[in-house]
Amino acid sequence: MAKNDLLGGSLWDQYSNKVTTLMNNPTNQGEITQEECDAAGHKLIVADFGAESCGDAVRLYWEVDPKDDTIVSSKFKSFGCGTAIASSDMMAELCIGKTVQQAVKITNIDVEMALRDDPETPAVPPQKMHCSVMAYDVIKKAAGLYLGVDEASFEDEIIVCECARVSLGTLREVIRLNDLKTIEQITDYTKAGGFCKSCIKPGGHEAREYYLVDILAGVRHEMDVEKMQAAADAGGHGDFETMTLVQKIKAIDAVIDESVRQFLIMDGGNMEVIDIKDSPDYIDVYIRYLGSCSGCSSSTTGTLYAIESTLKEKLSSKIRVLPI
Amino acid sequence: MNVYLDNNATTMVDPAVVEAMMPFFSEIYGNPSSLHRYGTASHPAITKAINQMYKAINASDKDDVVFTSCATEANNWVLKSVWIDKILHGEKNHIVTTEIEHPSVLSTCKFLEDQGVKVTYLPVNDQGIVEAHTVRSFITEKTALVSIMWANNETGMIFPIQEIGEICKEKGVLFHTDAVQAVGKIPVDLSVVHVDFLSMSAHKFHGPKGIGALYIRESQKLTPLLHGGEHMGGRRSGTLNVPYIVGMGKAIEIATENIEEKMAAIAAKRDRLEDALLSGLTDVFTVGDRANRTPNTILISIRGVEGEGMLWDLNNALIGASTGSACASEDLEANSVMLAIGADNELAHTGIRLSLSRFTTDAEIDYVIERFESAVSRLRAISSSYAIVQPTAGGAAAECGIHH
Repeated sequence: MAKNDLLGGSLWDQYSNKVTTLMNNPTNQGEITQEECDAAGHKLIVADFGAESCGDAVRLYWEVDPKDDTIVSSKFKSFGCGTAIASSDMMAELCIGKTVQQAVKITNIDVEMALRDDPETPAVPPQKMHCSVMAYDVIKKAAGLYLGVDEASFEDEIIVCECARVSLGTLREVIRLNDLKTIEQITDYTKAGGFCKSCIKPGGHEAREYYLVDILAGVRHEMDVEKMQAAADAGGHGDFETMTLVQKIKAIDAVIDESVRQFLIMDGGNMEVIDIKDSPDYIDVYIRYLGSCSGCSSSTTGTLYAIESTLKEKLSSKIRVLPI
Repeated sequence: MNVYLDNNATTMVDPAVVEAMMPFFSEIYGNPSSLHRYGTASHPAITKAINQMYKAINASDKDDVVFTSCATEANNWVLKSVWIDKILHGEKNHIVTTEIEHPSVLSTCKFLEDQGVKVTYLPVNDQGIVEAHTVRSFITEKTALVSIMWANNETGMIFPIQEIGEICKEKGVLFHTDAVQAVGKIPVDLSVVHVDFLSMSAHKFHGPKGIGALYIRESQKLTPLLHGGEHMGGRRSGTLNVPYIVGMGKAIEIATENIEEKMAAIAAKRDRLEDALLSGLTDVFTVGDRANRTPNTILISIRGVEGEGMLWDLNNALIGASTGSACASEDLEANSVMLAIGADNELAHTGIRLSLSRFTTDAEIDYVIERFESAVSRLRAISSSYAIVQPTAGGAAAECGIHH
């Protein structure tokens, strides 16, 4: 929010001249009939995407020459706002002359780039980027129909943000490598979530399979687990001072089990670790004697010395053992 | 022909209002709080404006009508100050409102929810209004305030404010109404209708932008929103905006004089336009019973034509209208009023609002009918909903997966 954001409501001013021209006079608007295709020996493909109750619906018509899979003619119909009409028109235009296999490679970003007046300025405001995504989806549907395959087979990765075409793999990698902690950071790094915002969290314009909030939480959780595992592994190699409290207690218990406890039990006693307090100079281990150990005169002298020296030797020279 | 049919958004300032305001910019510009002659020179005009305001809504001399910067301020004032007076410093914890209020009420309620207040958002029926018995059933002994609009901006539908006022009075609950879309459009008589607080805005009835007012019954307690130099009897601080106060007074006087006649004249044009669109086009419907609607408003749904596209074509034809379509909003969220009515999911994408004023002419109506129909036929020719060739096997659209 700053000076340029003070006056809102200029949505239409952000449309490129190409967008407004096509909104007013779409060149590929219309239908292709079965009769036309039959007369030329071509195949008719009609694909729908979206629904009117969603506010976005587009129908794509292809006349395909079966000899070389070339799209001879391409037309569209659109229930949609002006930018949906302009995007659909450009999408149909980009299909003409391509083979079906080439057309499948057209993305919403290609459509949006083709609608720009100059390469540096977006053709539509961010929230309208969503309109061009439909163009991409309906092409895949049409190609699937023509080739007799499931349209999902054209996508070799899971796209989380369709507006910016950012994949699940990319998102996970970027979060991890850059230690990202917020959705805003993800949008800054990848552009994902910066357009129609549907992919950020459930409840947006469109229901999605993956949401950025879940992906972020998942990756952060994995990173935390890894961090803890790394700490645990480090602890196993004797780096006692960097261990977490729980790891320290476990390490001490292990040493006591191995080297101390059996001698105490032989004398009818035992001990337990109560608490550990870290200070810059010492690691204080508070213990309590059990059974015959409590009250035994050696418990504050020889036995205590034996326990402390064993822990110092095996774990850290900073350890002091304090019976309570 | 330039035709402005977005009068529920704002109106042209009546030239007679501008004329009344003009002396108070560079001639009589003293601060009304000053003791000298330059300050007091504006007092007769301010007194006149105050009288015009009281007369227009039939307020009693025991009541307060306090000028504010806009109705948003008036709505914020009531909600936040009732929160302070009755919830923070009282035993109450609950506010009742509706899900189709103006953002200045809804956003303030959301803010109050963040502060721990319980807020009930009442649903509307298929006419887009809240029924009085619904209000009654949600008032509890913890309810501090009921805030319900008098008429809705999108549909023009008029709420049963008199009945709701009686219920609130009987239950001993404060009642606020945002009457921005009612004052100057339909009769508002506060000697008959019981409301504790009423918000209004001058620019909705051919007055200037940047001035509104809050009516406060019997000058009852309401902690100020703006503290300062104790203007307006200590109720609302800030140097009196003299030209705008004069303008609001003049505008409300003109709008409410012979209001029945003015309503009939606007309704005649509105009905002619609505009838023409309903009979000239297929697959269209309008929202709400005309008899219970502000006389200037039409909300029409056009099947197969997306609202922003329609607004674009109307704009190209120099016609200004409005749409609640999600595609025309910054956040792609469909208009809450359209969704709340729930009559038809498509309404959220196809609703076009046409709102007339007393300055709308018959020639303008004829022009709009013609251009509206040609816009619909152009957009339907593009629309997939009106395609002749059906999709090939497997190519048909899936169910809508979009959250509404």
